[in-house]
Amino acid sequence: MPTNPILEVRGLRTYFPLGRRVLKAVDDVSFRLHAGETLCIVGESGSGKSITARSILQIVGPPGRIMGGEILYRRADGSVVDIAGLGAKAAAMRALRGREIAMIFQEPMTSLSPIHRIGWQIMEGLLAHKMMGRAEARARAVELLRQVEIPQPEQAVDRFPFEFSGGMRQRAMIAMALACNPRVLIADEPTTALDVTTQAEILRLIRRLQQAHGLAVLFITHDMGVVAQIADNVLVMRQGEVVERAPTAELFASPHHPYTIRLLQAATALGMAAPPARRAAALGAPFLRVRDLSLTYPAQARLFGRAQPPTQAVKRVSFDLHEGENLGIVGESGSGKTTLGSCLIRVLQPSAGRIEYDLRAGGTRDLAGLDRVGLKPVHREIRMVFQDPFASLNPRMTVGQCIGEPLLVNGLMQGAALAQRVEKLLGMVGLGGDVAVRYPHAFSGGQRQRIVIARALALDPRLIIADEATSALDVTLRRQILDLLLELQPELGLSFIFISHDLGVIRYFCDRIAVMHRGEIVEIGTADAICAWPQMPYTQRLLAAVPEADPARRGLLAEGMG
Amino acid sequence: MMAGGLATASQAKLTWLRFRRHRMAMVGLGIVLLMYLVALFAEPVAPFNPDKSNARLVFHPPQMVQFFDGWAFSPHVLAYRLARDPVTLQPRYVADGSRKVRLRFFVAGDPYKLWGLFDGTIHLIGPENAGDTVFILGADRQGRDVLSRMIHGARASLSIGLVGVSISLVLGITLGGLSGFFGGRVDWGVQRVIEFIISLPTIPIWLALAAILPKEWSPMAIYFTITLIISLVGWTELARVVRGRFLALRGDSFVTAAWLDGCSQGRIIFRHMLPSLTSHIIAAVTLAIPNMILAETALSFLGLGLKPPAISWGALLREAQNVQSIAAAPWLLLPGAAVALTVLALNFLGDGLRDAADPYAH
Repeated sequence: MPTNPILEVRGLRTYFPLGRRVLKAVDDVSFRLHAGETLCIVGESGSGKSITARSILQIVGPPGRIMGGEILYRRADGSVVDIAGLGAKAAAMRALRGREIAMIFQEPMTSLSPIHRIGWQIMEGLLAHKMMGRAEARARAVELLRQVEIPQPEQAVDRFPFEFSGGMRQRAMIAMALACNPRVLIADEPTTALDVTTQAEILRLIRRLQQAHGLAVLFITHDMGVVAQIADNVLVMRQGEVVERAPTAELFASPHHPYTIRLLQAATALGMAAPPARRAAALGAPFLRVRDLSLTYPAQARLFGRAQPPTQAVKRVSFDLHEGENLGIVGESGSGKTTLGSCLIRVLQPSAGRIEYDLRAGGTRDLAGLDRVGLKPVHREIRMVFQDPFASLNPRMTVGQCIGEPLLVNGLMQGAALAQRVEKLLGMVGLGGDVAVRYPHAFSGGQRQRIVIARALALDPRLIIADEATSALDVTLRRQILDLLLELQPELGLSFIFISHDLGVIRYFCDRIAVMHRGEIVEIGTADAICAWPQMPYTQRLLAAVPEADPARRGLLAEGMG
Repeated sequence: MMAGGLATASQAKLTWLRFRRHRMAMVGLGIVLLMYLVALFAEPVAPFNPDKSNARLVFHPPQMVQFFDGWAFSPHVLAYRLARDPVTLQPRYVADGSRKVRLRFFVAGDPYKLWGLFDGTIHLIGPENAGDTVFILGADRQGRDVLSRMIHGARASLSIGLVGVSISLVLGITLGGLSGFFGGRVDWGVQRVIEFIISLPTIPIWLALAAILPKEWSPMAIYFTITLIISLVGWTELARVVRGRFLALRGDSFVTAAWLDGCSQGRIIFRHMLPSLTSHIIAAVTLAIPNMILAETALSFLGLGLKPPAISWGALLREAQNVQSIAAAPWLLLPGAAVALTVLALNFLGDGLRDAADPYAH
């Protein structure tokens, strides 16, 4: 490693003045980045990791301002420039941006311009920096697309972003970033919005390009698994400050700061090597039997062009759910797992198949054929927890009203009895009874999810369908929520259908796992069996793509290096 | 977890907190409130009876109010007398330094009937001696006080905005709500009707509708018909806003959650969806009032809306239709300034409300 760092940040402070308060988004952050090195900045949401990255390129949105510190960039010729001293719109800054330091963003869906062709967007940087002529730039764009392994680059160069999948768009973003041969690549959560298998491909691609071009990579992420797989050095950030810095192996082997320890514990607890929380217990009788459930969206007739073929969102899905069992449904985006969940609780109407459910009071109902009235007693026993805790609580109602709503509208309780029950429910999910008068906006994501759970528990349900219930939460909170559910389970006689894209979470929480791919259940079995001896190739691929939070086992990158 | 007042602050309170930070909107709110107060109490606020004409005071120019006489606070105006230009023999008003007309607050003046109910003679401001005249904003071609006429005109112009918007609101919420909540065919039908109405050229339609109003109708009947005509065209925008919000809300998971909780359709609409809409609706309404006011002004200016003896800003502007009167008495254009000020203030207010409407949008 060369002794002179290519980028050195000293005492960087970026503040956001908000009314009378000042938010110290980045407070006294220092680090060095060498050519060929991958430095990971890891932290939870709000830790200031993205703002650090944006400060380096001077693209912090107002009212954020760099208040102090130095960002020293060493040019190829050895001269050093302090980026913090340049104006955001200065010519010197523009010359650096894209040309020397390039950035890729988290959201591949929104960071490409939808109305321009892919090739044009790659060429734009080349033309703006006056590095070459139009024809040459186009040839370079094709070459770049080939480098990021987009098939048929000659045709792809004239496509629009909407014709690309999420992973392809992120590849195109990387091609754009690499267009001017930058020496530093800043990647701000580039794989967070992607499926695990796509994530693995993109990480491999970045590593390969890094080795080919000697890039210095500053990688921002919240995922300790990704850190373990790709980082040379790690910077742990919390509330705008660096709490720990160390080489990757050292950080994972002997973390010092309590926050780092917590972060690592949370990551390894939900990792693939950790012991799951559930030991497969003796199962009760099945009370939910799903047979050949399908949902087909009919063909869309179009005025112009070809008609859309019918879409099979769920294809002939069958499974049983036993008393007291936790069934995990895992799959990548578009696999139909959320649609399946919505069919089970009948937010959506399945187009074929049966959902046989034994009511607690006795009697079996086929949920697929029930109408509004018939569903009412079923909805008291089957409840749902949604993904986004910010959207699933009515902001105009207090927490107490939200939780009490199902009891009130079903005519079960009111007045003092209702207030008492709400207080008890809040106690069950670990919140004080005094929060009932507050509004949802006063709570963080994790606390809101507890409120949503309390609402689901209000009717004393038998089955809770949780759709990505922990995905919007930070990793340290995920385990808390899962443990809360597990703790309540025996006491309340609950079963869960837990839908998630996160194999670690599913493995920790569930007794059995159903793997979904393109609307079908490709494999179903006990959690141990699926994770240890996956039978189907798709399951094997899925498992291999999960980044393990263990730098000693870097399977993720090695596989593609071949 | 937030503690203290903010945590238990309701939606309305959060909206108000955000709105208060919007300085232009606060100014707008102040102006709008003042305007409506003045319109409500037009009779006592106006210094004179707006219909009292005086053939000897035709086109009397505005008189500057002076607040101090020497060192003492004593608001007064200099009396004018009619003189003739010695060369052209044109009549001209000349300030007469020797005679001062003193102004007093809450003085007895022209008798009036407040809201047609209560007799009164007290005016907010007026000359010390009931017989004197003061033209703060000048006089029109019949010697009537322009200020008093503007204050009385505000009543028609501003209330037409409110009444018109109320009618639009009922139509807009009902049709937009149906359209957004049920979707499908209902939505398709309502949307086509809206598109048809929007495609109509408004001014000719208004003209045609206003032209078929019988001449012998009382000013009150005409006033209500005009309001109806304006709002029948104005509801479309509101309907679209309501529909859009309904469609967006329908997909929110808290609405799905409410359904799974066992809420009836009525409870979902009135307890969960409509409260989330109110702030947006208030903002849309505030932004719709100026259009109504402008429409009334345009119609009356063209002589198809309110007609004398009814007074509105548009009707007053008719006085300024020919170049000669503007050349002789430019102050006749002042009702136009009142329209502009009101419309601007309402727009600022509406913008502020719209920004404040959703405290959760970042």
